[in-house]
Amino acid sequence: MSLVKESLYFGVVVSLLAYWAGLWLKQKLGWAVLNPILVAVALVIAALKLLRVDYPGYYEGAKYISYLLTPATVCLAIPLYRQLKLLLQNLAAVALAITAGVIASALSIFVLCLAFRMEHVYYATLLPKSITTAIGMGVSEEAGGIVTITVVCIIITGIFGNIIGERMFLLLRLKSPISRGLALGTSAHAVGTAKALELGEIEGAMSSLSVAVAGLMTVVVVPLVSGWI
Amino acid sequence: MKYVKECAVILGITLVGEWLNMLLPLPVPAGVYGLFLMLILFCTGALKLEQVEATGNFLLDIMPVMFVPAAAGLMDSFEQLRPVLAPLIIICVISTLAVMAVTGKTADLMIERGERHGKEKRYKGRKGGKKKS
Repeated sequence: MSLVKESLYFGVVVSLLAYWAGLWLKQKLGWAVLNPILVAVALVIAALKLLRVDYPGYYEGAKYISYLLTPATVCLAIPLYRQLKLLLQNLAAVALAITAGVIASALSIFVLCLAFRMEHVYYATLLPKSITTAIGMGVSEEAGGIVTITVVCIIITGIFGNIIGERMFLLLRLKSPISRGLALGTSAHAVGTAKALELGEIEGAMSSLSVAVAGLMTVVVVPLVSGWI
Repeated sequence: MKYVKECAVILGITLVGEWLNMLLPLPVPAGVYGLFLMLILFCTGALKLEQVEATGNFLLDIMPVMFVPAAAGLMDSFEQLRPVLAPLIIICVISTLAVMAVTGKTADLMIERGERHGKEKRYKGRKGGKKKS
């Protein structure tokens, strides 16, 4: 198995093939549950178990895919700039919607943690669940949460938001593509933004903005509410 | 040549974002600094869309794959998670739906109100102009 374990490209190729399979399956069957990211994660884990490769061995190569996430985040400025005029025209709506979303996130987690009688450590772990990992890890640590579990919650939230987004928009009867983008970015950070970019450029631009703004707002809001439980 | 220049610009901005993250005592990640930096460069005209678009669109296109390696890390933290996994998932799911609904509805209502105001202004002085479809 050293052909697999010692290869730097194995992790990269497995990830790409798994995502490709996810895209193919979605196209063939069209079920919303068959989200390509979710399918890819499941296939990667299955492949690693099958080939008896441990996660650090896989990540040794796959980290070069993650490495591109920072420049990709920077490039979110491209759709955002293309839609800058629309953003400025709707500045009040955009600002208010993201603020409302950040507050809704904190309050819903507070109420749900009370309902499930979660301890402070899990409350603090969950508070940054809707923001991008790079900001969320710091917020969790500051509030006294468990950083590794925060990362898991952020991923679950992102993939769930990515899967459920379109369905929720129908249910909520959201008319404006601006609202759809803001809703995806504020609730499901960069993974939601990946979906928003698929829906359209306005959605993608608004979602990109939400990731940055909601992330920064959460940094301010979490210390205010983290002592509640 | 085109891709050399585009990569240099995008990664250069990323590098400055990383430096800002290292130097400034704020919890802002390198990518977010870089995003705003690129936006400022566009707005001031120092950078044109055509100078980064091809590589930028490529990166945005493959972005979903970039979440796979970190997400596959679930397989290692599963044991640690098992006792709290169910409530954590339920809380994440319900809270995500709540945030989506609140954000989307707030934006939709505000935009609708704004459009109505705009129409009122435009129709000022005209009889029955306020009527909304």
